[in-house]
Amino acid sequence: MANFSTNEFKSGLKVMLDGEPCSILENEFVKPGKGQAFNRVKLRNLRSGRVWDRTFKSGDSLEGADVLDVELEYSYTDGEFFYFMDPVSFDQHAASADAVGDTQKWLREQEKYEVTLYNGAPITVSPPNFIELEITETDPGLKGDTAQGGSKPATLTTGAVVRVPLFISQGESIRIDTRTGDYVSRASKN
Amino acid sequence: MTDWRPGANHVIQRQRAALLADLRDYFAKQRVLEVETPLLCRAGVSDPALENFEVPCGHEMRFLQTSPEYAMKRLLAAGSGDIFQICKAFRWEEQGVRHNPEYTLLEWYRLGIDHYQLAREVGELVAAVLERPGWQIWSWQAIFQEVLGAGAHTAPREELEALAMGHLGEIPLGLDRDSLLDLLMSHCVEPAITGWGIVFIIDYPASQAALAQRILDVAGEPRGARFECYVDGTELANGYWECGDAAELRARFAEDNSLRKARGQSDRRPDEQLLDALTAGLPPCAGVALGVDRLLALKTGAQDLDAVLSFAWSRS
Repeated sequence: MANFSTNEFKSGLKVMLDGEPCSILENEFVKPGKGQAFNRVKLRNLRSGRVWDRTFKSGDSLEGADVLDVELEYSYTDGEFFYFMDPVSFDQHAASADAVGDTQKWLREQEKYEVTLYNGAPITVSPPNFIELEITETDPGLKGDTAQGGSKPATLTTGAVVRVPLFISQGESIRIDTRTGDYVSRASKN
Repeated sequence: MTDWRPGANHVIQRQRAALLADLRDYFAKQRVLEVETPLLCRAGVSDPALENFEVPCGHEMRFLQTSPEYAMKRLLAAGSGDIFQICKAFRWEEQGVRHNPEYTLLEWYRLGIDHYQLAREVGELVAAVLERPGWQIWSWQAIFQEVLGAGAHTAPREELEALAMGHLGEIPLGLDRDSLLDLLMSHCVEPAITGWGIVFIIDYPASQAALAQRILDVAGEPRGARFECYVDGTELANGYWECGDAAELRARFAEDNSLRKARGQSDRRPDEQLLDALTAGLPPCAGVALGVDRLLALKTGAQDLDAVLSFAWSRS
């Protein structure tokens, strides 16, 4: 991979730091009146999601990271790995539970996910902002109560538990905001 | 469609014009002569922390000036008296919210005064422009003591490295002593003085004298007779009690070049016309360079120089 100097650091550039693939979030040029210039850089470790603050001497460089963001379709899990397929080439990628992380709660077959590949292997899987999933278990609905507040827990096909309004019944599909885990509405017609 | 529009709005364009007029008016009243000197010269700058833009001109390479200092000192040696200049200056690869590689500089020289007296004039001018009540003066040593709780002047390199790691965690490895002082200044002292208004830091370590005289402080320690003016943590102006000793400056330029060589930077031949002018005799004087774009940003509350420049680097 190419090397990138501090003056080429910009938001979104993928670089290697301490052996970890990182994405640059911010790069601030800092210089006292006279003397050595520095770059104060914020990077996200793509594997752990942690944000690192690092200071570099201006002109220092980092190796680029072989990182690619692709859109893949979720196929199935064998209990150990989660398999995603490239809808164009039909290539399969096996993602570990670590790489899938919290997204496991929002996995639905044939749904598209943004997968970050590092050296060809998935390291993170991000869900779409909204997803529709079926309720496998919830207390019986209260008839006629469609406007009032009040909610109850509902278990989804993925095992995730979300709060839903009282009028929602078992077997229904609902739309969820994956960023907050909140119920949005009943699913659009299947 | 390209982004062809200016970064600075109409209001700020007017404020820039008014600021330039006010500055010229101030110097006219002070009977300081406005001068112009060339921006594209045969000599570059040897300071390892600065890089010129190099411009091929026929058979020779010329250098866009990082400040008009050398040419203005030649005018002083030729008997100009007090002078000022408002011009563009160029610094390779210095870009950020507070840096634009091409920027406007106000530089002026006063005969027969030292850097303490010049700092007072800068303080009065900046306080008037920004409508601030006054300013504070700190010695370099005192402000390091105040912010870092350490006497950094005499601390050995290893101690400074440990101090920087204690405050900042991870730091670049292998920094020399002066670079560590620069790191502590830009990452610890500058953020700490953000709420202090106009602050002068004066009498730098002798190794950071740049083109200022080396003097002895009350404790008999050598110091660089220099000041920096900060406003709300932003560095605004850099002043010297000028060193007029040609042999001394030639030696400093040679030191710069050996440091440049060690860092893999190209050699910069000294400006022989400047050195000849100093040999002929620079009158005792103090000089200061002030960033006009930053002054305007402070006056207008702009967080990014892009908002005070018609077309910043990304638009030009």
